[in-house]
Amino acid sequence: MNKSQLIEALAKEENLALKKAEEVVNTVFGDMEKALIRGERVEIRGLGSFKVKQYDGYKGRNPKTGDIIKVAPKKLPFFKVGKELKERVDVD
Amino acid sequence: MALTKADLVENVAREGFTKKDSAKIVETLLELIKSTLKAGDEILISGFGKFCVKEKKQRRGRNPATGEDLILDARRVITFKCSPVLTDKINGKLSVPM
Repeated sequence: MNKSQLIEALAKEENLALKKAEEVVNTVFGDMEKALIRGERVEIRGLGSFKVKQYDGYKGRNPKTGDIIKVAPKKLPFFKVGKELKERVDVD
Repeated sequence: MALTKADLVENVAREGFTKKDSAKIVETLLELIKSTLKAGDEILISGFGKFCVKEKKQRRGRNPATGEDLILDARRVITFKCSPVLTDKINGKLSVPM
């Protein structure tokens, strides 16, 4: 399911105009994005939490050519799935 | 300081909803995401990232405390793959209007 399908589903479920549902979805993911850019945690009960982690640089190889390349240090958001979602998704 | 559901509800309310309606809408949205993942379908939010469902096979593991061998059952887990656009923003390679 992509963003527009999610917007459609939300509009239908909550009886919202498509435009309004789009604003809601953009606000929700936009808020999460801004928090992560600021380096803040995102903690949504039932869904999970996001935290920006710092990864060290390392020397890697281009698997195609075998050339040694330097991978620069980077920050990536790490998602930890929440208890409720974890339990619901897991096969019984 | 972490962004929580209460913050989302407050900001969605600014779109012209009462707090109560906003709380219900945010809850519905989260429920849609969860039930889609439960059904085994992934959620792709372009520019943000992708929530995937991965099937893990049964494997032999070890209890790290006691050293005993044990069988870990097949299970299903959620992974998140961050969009390259968001990665660049987090690493300051793309400027963002805040």
